[in-house]
Amino acid sequence: MEKNRYELALESLKDIVKNIYEQMEMGEIPSMELPARNKYNIKLDLKSGVWKYGDSKITRTAKKIDGAYTLLRTMYMMDFIREMVEENKSSTLRELYYISEGWDLAKFHTQDESNKLAEDLEIITKFLREDFKLRPEEDGATVIGNITFEEINRKGNPQRINCRDDVGDAGYAIPYNVEKEKLKIIDYDADFVLAIETGGMFDRLVENGYDEKARSILVHLKGQPARSTRRLLKRLNEELNLPILVFTDGDPWSFRIYASVAYGAIKTAHLSEYLATPTAEFIGITASDIVNYDLPTDKLNDKDIQALNAELTDPRFNTQFWKNEIELMLKLGRKAEQQALAKYGLNYVTDVYLPEKVSELGI
Amino acid sequence: MDIAEDLAKKQKEISIAEFFEKNKQILGFDSPQKALVMAVKEAVDNSLDACEDARILPEIYVTIERVEKDEYKLTVEDNGPGIVRREVPKVFGQFLYGSRFHAVRQTRGQQGIGISAVVLYGQLTTGKPVKIETKIASEDVGYVFEILIDTIKNRANVLREEPAILNKKSGVKIEVNLKAKYVKGKQSVIDYLQNTAIVNPHATIIFNDPDGLKIKYERVWDQPIEPPKETKPHPLGVEIGEIMKIASLTNAKKISTFLTGEFSRISNNLAMEICKISGIDSEKDPKKLTLNEIKALKDAFTKVKILPPSSESLSPIGDTLIKKGLKNVLGELRPSFYSIPVTRNPSVYSGNPFVVEVGLVYGGNIPQDEPVKILRFANRVPLLYQAGSCALTRAVESIDWRKYGLEQRGGQGIPVGPMIILIHIGSTRVPYTSEAKEAIAEIPEIMNELDLALKESARQIRTFLIKKEVKTKLTEKFFLVQKILPKIAEKSSIILQKPVPKLEPVITKIMNVVWIDEKIEQNKGSAKIKVSVSNFTPEKKSFKLYGDISEGKIEVKSIKPFGNYDEKNDYILWEINDLEPLKEINLEFTVYDLKSEYGESVYYIEGINPVYVVGAEPLPGDWNIEALRSIIEEEEEEENGEE
Repeated sequence: MEKNRYELALESLKDIVKNIYEQMEMGEIPSMELPARNKYNIKLDLKSGVWKYGDSKITRTAKKIDGAYTLLRTMYMMDFIREMVEENKSSTLRELYYISEGWDLAKFHTQDESNKLAEDLEIITKFLREDFKLRPEEDGATVIGNITFEEINRKGNPQRINCRDDVGDAGYAIPYNVEKEKLKIIDYDADFVLAIETGGMFDRLVENGYDEKARSILVHLKGQPARSTRRLLKRLNEELNLPILVFTDGDPWSFRIYASVAYGAIKTAHLSEYLATPTAEFIGITASDIVNYDLPTDKLNDKDIQALNAELTDPRFNTQFWKNEIELMLKLGRKAEQQALAKYGLNYVTDVYLPEKVSELGI
Repeated sequence: MDIAEDLAKKQKEISIAEFFEKNKQILGFDSPQKALVMAVKEAVDNSLDACEDARILPEIYVTIERVEKDEYKLTVEDNGPGIVRREVPKVFGQFLYGSRFHAVRQTRGQQGIGISAVVLYGQLTTGKPVKIETKIASEDVGYVFEILIDTIKNRANVLREEPAILNKKSGVKIEVNLKAKYVKGKQSVIDYLQNTAIVNPHATIIFNDPDGLKIKYERVWDQPIEPPKETKPHPLGVEIGEIMKIASLTNAKKISTFLTGEFSRISNNLAMEICKISGIDSEKDPKKLTLNEIKALKDAFTKVKILPPSSESLSPIGDTLIKKGLKNVLGELRPSFYSIPVTRNPSVYSGNPFVVEVGLVYGGNIPQDEPVKILRFANRVPLLYQAGSCALTRAVESIDWRKYGLEQRGGQGIPVGPMIILIHIGSTRVPYTSEAKEAIAEIPEIMNELDLALKESARQIRTFLIKKEVKTKLTEKFFLVQKILPKIAEKSSIILQKPVPKLEPVITKIMNVVWIDEKIEQNKGSAKIKVSVSNFTPEKKSFKLYGDISEGKIEVKSIKPFGNYDEKNDYILWEINDLEPLKEINLEFTVYDLKSEYGESVYYIEGINPVYVVGAEPLPGDWNIEALRSIIEEEEEEENGEE
């Protein structure tokens, strides 16, 4: 019988265990190698136009207490995945974290630790965590606009949803799995996709009817976007050829939100090819907007300044546009929120700001 | 009557009571709480000084009783030489009597304002006389006095003076009533006595507090303290007023003998040179010196070459006694480390010799997350007030303690950690910031010595902390190989359905250390010492191990297995041959003739790379901090950044 993708993923995990087992059998200190997951080890992949991990490796070795703990946790997690594959079950990342409570020395102290280890396994095996029967929680990002999806609902039946006519003001909630087997794009009528950082701005655009007025699909990112949100944006871009425009606050953290949509996140650079949309455009708020639109601002705090300086050495921001914007923001010493545009009235963003910005891009 | 004369008469009659009232702050009686500490301090310091002069081991009883709500009776009794009958009225009944200005040496007494100030304070606040009992050894009978101070004439008003049979060889007992407030904790009588006991381990001090609490600091050193020698003042250490006073009292008939006789470090030739430079006739009568001539003399002192003052007049506490004192009083905090106290060589500021000493204790039950406690002493007397403006505190604050393993915000200020710092400055003239004599002035020469002494002590702390870290890492590794590694092996074998692999070779590779661990069984006057030597490296090991005891004597017969005992140098040598991986050898011996609990032995190794050894130091010479470092650094090398 042909093996399913879960069994294949498990096979791949067992190879890691085998490696560790053989090291011990040979009398060697067990260790495990994986790419370094930091900004110094990401490279632009010219073929796909996204940022992926480079060649720099780190070694987890049982020589040190922290390394030994990680190896032990890896063993427990793999054994848990094995059980799930064999018993045909699955769990959320949160459940995995709670299940580790029973793992004695191997238990995780934060969910970040267990999430990160699951990502490590993805990186080593080149499988996705869904293949390990691990899935994220729904994160609540939403879509409003004239686009129709066909989603396989929990009863296993296809269900068509138009994101303008069939949803309430909150919009269509993006499921964690947005692959074709779960979600099909049936039909659409729009010129571009606008991805929005904050709920306040998303609501403003919905109330102002910007989706219909500008023939756009509005996607609420909910801060740093989840994998499924980024994957959906990529599909909209690739399959429908729709331009993706990213609209965020004007501060260093929002710049990173754009970078993760367009170039890929440092944390998940192994999946960049699958999640990043290299053609996504940043439309604001830029540091120049603060000056040009004379926006109300807040002072940069120490952490903001640190983050901006870090971005100056982040290869993803190594373009003239970003250099200028980051340096200007440091010079101004100020940041601004999307909603600062309300200074000129509630309709200003949809009547003046966005039309100006969008036409600059030639859409 | 003429108004001017009337005023003059009134001025004359300004009593010492008024003077006292106006200068309460300066004299240290600004609050009832502080007044009580001052009273105890004056009496106890006098007792300790007197015992020192008479080479008597001090035994001092301090008792405080509550008379009324805010009135207390303080009794201080000592076994000192006593005070001769005719001196009693002057010592206790005459305000600000009796400072010796023409001879200098380090005494406790110069820290204070004199016991008569206490008597006066008691009298002014309660109206009651002071009661004195005194007996000297050469007389069979003692005397009892009751004295009030005549505040107009500043003279003793003796109410009672009668012989009495006192059941002791010699000593003084003073009973004074005063308005006061008794508290415990910071800046209290207990605080003062505790700190006094630390720097006077040769004294027994017994304290009975008004609430029925009894505290006894037993002496741990049974040799009397050698009193410092008196020397004449050094020319660079005197002020104009002092020169005037010395000149008015000298027996010398001419300037040249005045200079050689009344000052230290002035030879005949030097005296003639000084006369020449200052333009004063060397034959002139010193009593006839004018103010300008004295100024010229003082000026001439700075222009000739004078040897620095002798340090004979100083009395450092010394490393042995500082350590004993700290152990005796702070022992209940069970510190895990006592530094070897640092006594700097004597140094000089403006003609005054001084010496700086520092002792540290670390760990145990000393609070972890509070600022380090600084115990300040000048001439063996605790300084309890004005810590913030004191040179001793400033010197601590100006060191970057982070380099030595303590927490300190921004690398300055008082560090945080489980540590207590003792700082002592001894000098013939302690430079105080004010008349209250509560804080030391920041004199560059003194700051420099303090800095050196503190850093020398801090380096010991760093060595200790590095040793401790190596131990912690080792404990971690034991946990790793005993708990975590077997689990990794077990899980991997479950997943792969294979037998659990043998881990011994992996364990020795991870540990890669020869561990020497000492366990001590304390008995009365002796201790049984067991040493385990374990080879956690992948290879056989052969080396020499030396055991050096910290106190007592080694019982040769008890050495197991038999090692070479070197009688002359008092150490044991074991030859360890071909110790197999994961094998352990057990050694033992007994130490006897112990006065207190046995501390710990020092082990040295020879013939093995010290990097692989934990629990012993390389032979010979200093304890190789670099080797230790390399262990820690090797560990840290592998820590590459992960986001």
